Amino acid sequence: MNLSNRIRPSGPGRVQLMATCLCDAFYDDVARATVEVLEYLGCTVEFPEGQTCCGQPAFNGGDWANSRKVVRHTVKTFAGDVPVIVPSGSCAAMLFHGAPLEFEKESDHGDVEALGRRAWEVIDFIVNGLGVSTWPGRYDARIAFHRSCHSRGTLTGPAALQLLGSIEGVTVLPFGEAEQCCGFGGTFSVSFPNISGNMGNLKLEHIRAEKPDELVSIDMSCMMHLGGLAEKEGHPIRTRHVVQVMRDALRNAGLLAP
Amino acid sequence: MARQLIDQFAAQLPEDRRASVYGGSKVGHEKRTKVLFDHFPDADRLRELAGEIKQHVVENLDTYLPKIEASLIAAGVKVHWAATAEAANKAVLDIMRARGATRMVKSKTMVSEETHLADYLQQNGIDCLETDLGEFIVQIDGDHPSHIVKPIIHKNRREIAQSFERHGLGAYDDDPQTITRRARRFLRKKYLEADVALTGGNFLVAESGRLVLVTNEGNSRFCLAATKTHIAMVGIEKILPRDRDLALLLNLLARSATAQQLTVYTEFIKGPRSSTQPDGPEEMHVILVDNGRTDVLESDCREILRCIRCGACLNVCPIYRQASGHAYRSVYPGPVGAVLSPLLAGKKFPELADLPKASSLCGACNEVCPVNIPIPDLLLRLRNKGKEEGAKIASAGTPPMGGWAVLATQPMLWKTAMMGGKILDVLPEKFVPVPAFRAWTDQRTLPGWRGGVFRKWMRTRETKPRQPTVGP
Ligand code: SF4
Repeated sequence: MNLSNRIRPSGPGRVQLMATCLCDAFYDDVARATVEVLEYLGCTVEFPEGQTCCGQPAFNGGDWANSRKVVRHTVKTFAGDVPVIVPSGSCAAMLFHGAPLEFEKESDHGDVEALGRRAWEVIDFIVNGLGVSTWPGRYDARIAFHRSCHSRGTLTGPAALQLLGSIEGVTVLPFGEAEQCCGFGGTFSVSFPNISGNMGNLKLEHIRAEKPDELVSIDMSCMMHLGGLAEKEGHPIRTRHVVQVMRDALRNAGLLAP
Repeated sequence: MARQLIDQFAAQLPEDRRASVYGGSKVGHEKRTKVLFDHFPDADRLRELAGEIKQHVVENLDTYLPKIEASLIAAGVKVHWAATAEAANKAVLDIMRARGATRMVKSKTMVSEETHLADYLQQNGIDCLETDLGEFIVQIDGDHPSHIVKPIIHKNRREIAQSFERHGLGAYDDDPQTITRRARRFLRKKYLEADVALTGGNFLVAESGRLVLVTNEGNSRFCLAATKTHIAMVGIEKILPRDRDLALLLNLLARSATAQQLTVYTEFIKGPRSSTQPDGPEEMHVILVDNGRTDVLESDCREILRCIRCGACLNVCPIYRQASGHAYRSVYPGPVGAVLSPLLAGKKFPELADLPKASSLCGACNEVCPVNIPIPDLLLRLRNKGKEEGAKIASAGTPPMGGWAVLATQPMLWKTAMMGGKILDVLPEKFVPVPAFRAWTDQRTLPGWRGGVFRKWMRTRETKPRQPTVGP
């Protein structure tokens, strides 16, 4: 993944939020925490109302013609030159890696690449875009951090670990086979139900062995899959996004109104 | 909802098979990571460099092929070109017949698996014996390799002891030393009786015409020790520009494949026996095999031709670990196979178009690959090819995306759907007419529907602008 040509902000300023379809449908609090955390840092967050989805489902499914329609809509919706912030490693990777790949032979490849250069996963933006290296506040929890696979080869995983580790009260627990995928993989989880379920359960087994209070990630898709498997089994596990932990740390210390 | 063939295969895999594959791959992967990063602090830079060298060869194959031919001829090697599997097999048979030879010992070569050489020779009255211990066991069992480095990763010690007993290699005994000793005794005789040795080639150096072979059991050296003729079947992509490139590639190959610093036996063979090289076969042939590779070269997946067959991507792959190599129905399993097999299949692409679907696109294969092949991107390109060519087998279980694309390009419709999704909270699962939804909820719950909640909060809240708290 080539992140060397991305456009860095000169400091906190205007940003556009891409909430993602999963936050739109299920995880409103993650989108809200993203806004609160970015505003705490001094950013002005705009929310383009016409936004829908990043185009990933069809891209991963091989239906690039339909995916490109959605990406074109996204390019139009997020016009401008300010950073586009996404609370999801996989949707961010779709913008700076996947979409340019499926537009290689298209005449508007340049427009798609231009959006990719402005796109940031939120934690990566905070650490590597804004230069924040520690996080204030307090949050008492033993946390298992799942490195979502789409952040491989990006700076997001180390950035999240750095911020989580700096929060007073947080213990990050290592667990077995941590580099392995959780088994979600978009439509993979419905067309390969047996393997997907086995992968998820294996991951849960390793995580549970460390007895964390919560499971935290930078992708709600992994959390939806792992949380859903755990709940169906009758042993629910609390799943959260890193920005929720960061927002709550601020609230707990009175740095942010509840 | 329709399931993919590999998922069905995995569901039916006997538990002890899965345990063998899972355990073997996991240990292999963990050892590899440790050794590679302990020895080389910036191993990723080495992977990139190796990838660049191999990519350079792939992109300049038209100049390297004449070069390798000239270097081999200068070293006294007879060079043969084989455009297809049949041509490659026939070239081997012709050489055997010209020498009146009927017995061959073979040191593991994946390209000869690709051409089904052993079956072909058998049908033509030639006795062809695999000498790599793992390959030997799959051969006596009439089985197939399920891994490109550890062909019998799917078998445990007990099964191997049973195979030996069945084939008259002594009474049941699952002590590894006994098994090895018995195989050795059996194979030694065969090495001495054979007329021709067939090997693959890990690398072929354009500059010098050296053929490089690595094995851990020394079986390729034994193959070459007493035979008069050596035939090497090598894919045309196995070329390296210079001898000095071997330092990098051999270091990466051994560590990636088996977590060794170097493979136990590494042979550099420059031509047949000569006055300066008094040992070895009198005659050496190299068959340069295309068998679909130039088509791959012309495709948008040519990076796969960098592959040095180390098996690291198999070992790390969660799908391979669950399903085993046999699930991939072709010579090359795992992530590399999911790209290479459908490409090499040529016109039969639609029959293997499901293989690229067997991935969660987690990217672990790319992260470990010693030549840094972007396997997930290649899988995605092949998925698109499968879709465009309407390969049925590829679409099993993938929900159609047309309706979603309509919703996701019309914000008003999208917002309405976001509000309307609340019905999922009250409708019993079995009444939801969306197969993907049912496939999901079969094993997992869905979180409560919150469509529209964030948008409303965003619109109605009071914003309190703050002073920036961090500087640039
Ligand atoms: S694709 Fe890479 S990791 Fe996989 S076998 Fe080939 S060289 Fe090894």
